[in-house]
Amino acid sequence: MRLTRRQALGLSAGAIAFAATGLRAVPASASPEDAQKRIMDFTGGKTPESGKITLNAPEIAENGNTVPVSFEVESAMGGDDLVDSVMIVAEANPSPAVATFHFTELSGAAAATTRMRLAKTQNVIAVAKMKDGSVYMDKKEVKVTIGGCGG
Amino acid sequence: MAAPKPRVKVPKTASAGDIITIKTLISHTMESGQRKDKDGKPIPRKIINKFTCEFNGQKVFECDLDPAISANPFFEFNAKVNESGAFKFTWVDDDGSVYSSESKIEVK
Amino acid sequence: MKKTVVISALAAALTCAGAVGPAGADPVDEQLTIDGEAMITRAKAPEGHPFDEVLSGWLFRTVETRALETDSFTNPGMLEVETGEALWNKVEGTAGKSCASCHGDAAESMKGVAAHYPKWDPETKRPINIELQINKCREKNMGAEPYAFDKGGQKPLTAYIKHQSLGMPVSLDLSEGDMQSWWDKGKERYYLRTGQLNLSCASCHEVSMGKMIRADHLSQGQINGFPTYRLKQGHLISVHNRFRGCIRDTRASYPKAFSDELMALEVYVTWRGTGLSVETPAVRQ
Repeated sequence: MRLTRRQALGLSAGAIAFAATGLRAVPASASPEDAQKRIMDFTGGKTPESGKITLNAPEIAENGNTVPVSFEVESAMGGDDLVDSVMIVAEANPSPAVATFHFTELSGAAAATTRMRLAKTQNVIAVAKMKDGSVYMDKKEVKVTIGGCGG
Repeated sequence: MAAPKPRVKVPKTASAGDIITIKTLISHTMESGQRKDKDGKPIPRKIINKFTCEFNGQKVFECDLDPAISANPFFEFNAKVNESGAFKFTWVDDDGSVYSSESKIEVK
Repeated sequence: MKKTVVISALAAALTCAGAVGPAGADPVDEQLTIDGEAMITRAKAPEGHPFDEVLSGWLFRTVETRALETDSFTNPGMLEVETGEALWNKVEGTAGKSCASCHGDAAESMKGVAAHYPKWDPETKRPINIELQINKCREKNMGAEPYAFDKGGQKPLTAYIKHQSLGMPVSLDLSEGDMQSWWDKGKERYYLRTGQLNLSCASCHEVSMGKMIRADHLSQGQINGFPTYRLKQGHLISVHNRFRGCIRDTRASYPKAFSDELMALEVYVTWRGTGLSVETPAVRQ
């Protein structure tokens, strides 16, 4: 078999990619089903509706080790209109759990920012649980790039 | 590793009823338990698993952290202040250590 | 034949990355401010420089990475700078002294100092950088053990001292001692192709500057923000560690930290960033 130029280029690029990642232990990924199960445990079996919560994460993360993530939930944070907690899960991390935030009336707003690790390109999901038991979600795909040089 | 060192940023003053922004950062490697050492042995998990913020003894904000939180955990969140007082921040390590910090705010 | 394969592999890596990477590989046209203070991230290149304009690596990073550097609170590298501050005041060694015993408040005594390092050291007859200057002080004046490369307080203390020059433009005095000949040696090393991949510093940071190497946006490889907080490692990375890492990535054996080769390279690469603000601790991917 003769390789076309394009095939040869593809192969050699693959070899570089392999060389760059070959030394790193790649842990097993969770599956979207694991993430779903975790969400159901959090909501008590309710399927979250979309709306109320907005998740912000970069479309492309320059390094998966430190990915800024934030969310805000529409809520007066007083009286009956209160957010109880917000859970963030990442579908394709070794374990889907990222963090769970708990709010009170003293929170003033149901919003937070943190930094997370993403093992590869995947969906990040935020689920908000309101005091009245209703649940909402938002989802963003974050592309995790593979750097050119490890340095 | 040196003892984790918290940093917090809280406004010094506010008006009653204001919703203020708080930022916190603590030095911690957040060893995920997923990594292996040079001999191929798994490095045991050691993370900060809980962060809480209280104001005058009342809970304001809390977070349960999983190993997917980056090294040197950072949080930005809000608090509604109705009176002068002190915020207390605590970070709980897997090994049971508790790191804490306090910040006062004057509400006019 | 071997050479051809390697070159095509690199070309393929660059092409592939270009196809999936973010659109547009120009450095951003934005102003870096840190706690409201404007930084110089674009400067007119000194005479004899291959570029017309010297560009900070900050301009090549994504909006999220750039944002981390704009606030000294959210910059995770500042945690180690604070550790450096404690070390500055810590008494060590047989003389019972700390850095502060002689140099007082670093905010005054160290302001602007690191912007002009490496300097010529007439005693050792070679250039001296901040790391080696700290070690010299520890041995001669404090009676303390010198820090081993990247160990103990070396990175935090270096970062703390460099941070005192935050915002000030980098400039070296090449007329001191034999600095010029070290600059020459450093230049030679910069353009020397090494390793199985047959790459020089210039292959990536001059010839391919602005292009994507896989998903990395290649910068000019400036070192005005070192020690730099790298998101990848989650802590400060020293400049000699980065030099060694880059050379290793060409699949070559790499020189020792603070060796003549790398000291010469530090002199030359620092000069290539003439006019840029000291950004220590910068935040990179």
